[in-house]
Amino acid sequence: MLEISGLTKSFSGFVAVADVSFTVDTRQIAAVIGPNGAGKSTLFNLITGHLRPDSGRVLLDARDITGVAPHETCRMGLGRSFQRTNIFPLLTVFENLQSAFLVHYGRGRNFWSRSESFYRDEVEALLVSIGLREQALLLGGTLSYGNQKQLELGLALAIDPQVLLLDEPTAGMSASETHETIRLLQRIADERGLTLLFTEHDMAVVFGIAQKIAVLHQGHLIADGTTEEVRNDPEVRRVYLGHGLSQ
Amino acid sequence: MSEQAESAVGMPSRAGWQVPWTLIVFLMALSLPWIGSRYDTFLGTQIAIYSLFALSLNLLLGTTGLVSFGHAAYFGIGSYACGILMKIVAVPFWLAFPAAGLIAALFAAGFGFFCVRLTKIYFAMLTLAFSQIVWAVCFKWNDLTGGDQGLPDVPFPDLGWMAALPGFDRMRIAEQFYVLALVLVALSVAALRRLTGSPFGRVLTTIRENPERAAFIGVNVRLYELAAFTIAGGFAGLSGALFGIFNRGVFADFVFWSKSADVMIMTILGGMHHFWGPAVGALVLTLLNQQITAYTEFWPFVLGTILIVLLFVFPGGILGALDVALSRMSKRRDA
Repeated sequence: MLEISGLTKSFSGFVAVADVSFTVDTRQIAAVIGPNGAGKSTLFNLITGHLRPDSGRVLLDARDITGVAPHETCRMGLGRSFQRTNIFPLLTVFENLQSAFLVHYGRGRNFWSRSESFYRDEVEALLVSIGLREQALLLGGTLSYGNQKQLELGLALAIDPQVLLLDEPTAGMSASETHETIRLLQRIADERGLTLLFTEHDMAVVFGIAQKIAVLHQGHLIADGTTEEVRNDPEVRRVYLGHGLSQ
Repeated sequence: MSEQAESAVGMPSRAGWQVPWTLIVFLMALSLPWIGSRYDTFLGTQIAIYSLFALSLNLLLGTTGLVSFGHAAYFGIGSYACGILMKIVAVPFWLAFPAAGLIAALFAAGFGFFCVRLTKIYFAMLTLAFSQIVWAVCFKWNDLTGGDQGLPDVPFPDLGWMAALPGFDRMRIAEQFYVLALVLVALSVAALRRLTGSPFGRVLTTIRENPERAAFIGVNVRLYELAAFTIAGGFAGLSGALFGIFNRGVFADFVFWSKSADVMIMTILGGMHHFWGPAVGALVLTLLNQQITAYTEFWPFVLGTILIVLLFVFPGGILGALDVALSRMSKRRDA
């Protein structure tokens, strides 16, 4: 479903991502892990077209999306959420999601109708699904941090993606919020048949839901395999020594 | 939830019992030639035209979050286009007016193509650069624009038909033009209002709120910014066309950068986060200017002071401050 081959990106001499290749199969839940500065966010930005790689290719469902602008990769079925929450703060939760539906269904060229009446049912269904039904009328920016993360997930889901990239979906969350988010993610991925690729620093989360793990270290891919393979990889153990990987 | 959402986003249901303020204001403004003095009508024309100018800027500033420092370019291009067409080519107003909007929109599309490639202060600087180029051309191209002499004596449109209407027969041409300008401004503003509330307008709002996220829900940000820039330029051109006629001439200072600053001050003064804010700003600023220049020649000093107070005390502009005051009052009532 998602195939990455030989991706390389350097910023004025510093190699952030070096010759990284791996694949994620359809309906697979895959994680990219690595210490801070390992190049996870850069890798995500390369995949979603936010950055253009120096070399290498990204294939989405066998279509080349290397360096394709975000609004187009998005239309091809690649959704993403960000590490730093990224919503429309002065729109209500309802309007946030409704906007995504309007764009997804190509209504942006409608200059005349009132936007309020569009896609109410779709928005409502999605609000229920991500658990923000009660907050529909609040401004996005006034939500709690955890709820903003949920809203962001909703924005990524509204475009009906095949592949969903989540950059640290539980960053900054309490233990119970993390737990809830993971359950939510698992359920939604299952319901929609999503292919999921996420980065995460919480190893309990990673080993809890990922079926496949890629490990980045200083821009290089040092391991790529099932959770069991990665857990027992000597190189990974060396890099993560003292980081509680074995738990 | 659907009931909840109904009350939040269901603007239509709210409009059901709301006082039709826009209609009332329009009718009051329309009655000005009958109930006010000649001078009132003069001011009214100016306010109506500036309202449209400021509202067109706000499609960029308040709706899309684009700070254009060169909006006067399209106002000026519209007034030159209409003036030249009517005075030199002798095209009738009903053709010259839409042509002025179209020509301004075309220029906006051309300049905007480059501007939307930049963001923030660089975007603002490039809009300013283009407007100054337009000014330099208007100032120097004697054959077309009259150069520093401008284009005096732009004719009034032929309004003979209006005199045939009951109640209009004893009106002077300037007052008839006021009625025409007011109706055209109202139609343009209605279109802008409709546009702002449409799905297209919503997409512009997502760009204002978060261009990065907008791209990741599938918005082609540059394309939408360019569309907004073009439309805003077109409406600015329409207001410029009316202003050239009202002013009885078109001059290079219509395009000068200080004109762009004036319209931005109106927009911020009235409140850019409210649709009608720029119109309120145009009204207040025009009236203040008239009142204060009667007492003192230090209008810029007064204007500067007003701006400072505004930015520190009422950053949301007049309507923003009213909003806050109203919600405080209703809270107190609830308590």
